[in-house]
Amino acid sequence: MIDTATVLLRVLEHLGYSGLALGIAALIAVPLGLYIGHTGRGSWMIAGANALRALPSLGLMTLLVLLIGAGVVPPTIALVILAVPPILSNTAAGISVADPAAVDAARAMGMTDRQLLRQVELPIALPLVVSGFRAAVLQVVATATIAAFVNLGGIGRFIFDGLALYDYGRVVLGAVLVAAVALALDGALALVARAVTPGRVGRTRTRPDSANERVGE
Amino acid sequence: MNWMFANPDEFAALFAEHTALSLLPTLIGLVAAVPLGAALRGLPRARAIAVVVAGIVFTIPSLALFVVIPGLIGTRILDPVNVVIALSMYSLALLVRSVLDALDGVPPAVRDAARAMGYSSLRRIVAVDLPVAVPVLVPALRVVAVTNVSLVSVGAVIGIGGLGRLFTAGYQRSYPDQIVAGIIGTVVLALLIDRLLALAGWSLTRWQRVTEAAA
Repeated sequence: MIDTATVLLRVLEHLGYSGLALGIAALIAVPLGLYIGHTGRGSWMIAGANALRALPSLGLMTLLVLLIGAGVVPPTIALVILAVPPILSNTAAGISVADPAAVDAARAMGMTDRQLLRQVELPIALPLVVSGFRAAVLQVVATATIAAFVNLGGIGRFIFDGLALYDYGRVVLGAVLVAAVALALDGALALVARAVTPGRVGRTRTRPDSANERVGE
Repeated sequence: MNWMFANPDEFAALFAEHTALSLLPTLIGLVAAVPLGAALRGLPRARAIAVVVAGIVFTIPSLALFVVIPGLIGTRILDPVNVVIALSMYSLALLVRSVLDALDGVPPAVRDAARAMGYSSLRRIVAVDLPVAVPVLVPALRVVAVTNVSLVSVGAVIGIGGLGRLFTAGYQRSYPDQIVAGIIGTVVLALLIDRLLALAGWSLTRWQRVTEAAA
């Protein structure tokens, strides 16, 4: 049957694919979001990124495998495309909703654009950035499961092998594991969100989807 | 693209199946979320629990739900009902919070005016609160519908999933054309549903533009 080492390996693989994609997505989306939010220019990029959300990950993954070959690259691209829109739109929104009075005060104190962004706008935006990241984490961890369909590892392996072997116990193990990983990461990020929300603890709970729904319009 | 033009009937059938599998859960979610949200507003404790439960449901990956539901309710694993139930749960979880947010946003003065005019609370909810809540509710409904369109295709890995089956079939046959047809179909369907819902929201909120024009 399945030993603990295998379970651990699959979970680590899963976290590896997800972490890689989320890291790349953050490297792309956070600087872009800061730029869009700070300058107010390039908001078409947010609309473009939101249109990407309609792309089906399974279709993208299978197509990329056929076009560029198997390996970790196709799922990573598909997962990055999934993770960029929520991080980008939340970062941009977080920066652009920074209280104009605070921004004006910082400018009046002689802050440069760089200082303004780093010391005023970014701390104000951080809770929204974290909630965008949280939404991205949920989607990426869930979708990394189908990497196993294109013959990679990860927790999805249990589900696909279980289906192929008519071993329902294995399927359920995979389902429970992936749900547990998603819940654990979401819980951890909820704590981070609380920590970066100065003076607002308990008043508003940051929720992964609420900000996106508004920004997407 | 060639595959699509060579097999228009099969494409149309999968497109129709995909439409049904994504719209049905959206509709079920909405029909359940509105009364549930309206009822929960008066029950702060139940509301807090419901919001937490909705958050947890949203965290469960769709593929996990697709494969676990048959074990829980005894359906066959290849039954489309599993997909419909799983997606309805997501839709409900997302929409119930939006319904609560939307109803919270109804100005107290509007509510008081309705009460003063002798509206019962049920009539007020249906005739006043809900129409006022539409501008908040429709964007959430659009997100849910578009999410459902993309989640349906994941069902293809367990043999259900409308256009998603073009991904699995194309992959197994090493036939990129078929996958491209599936991607185009899914994206077009998502955009179509999104536009239609936006249009529905627009036509339901004429009162908003009348007030703005008058102001």
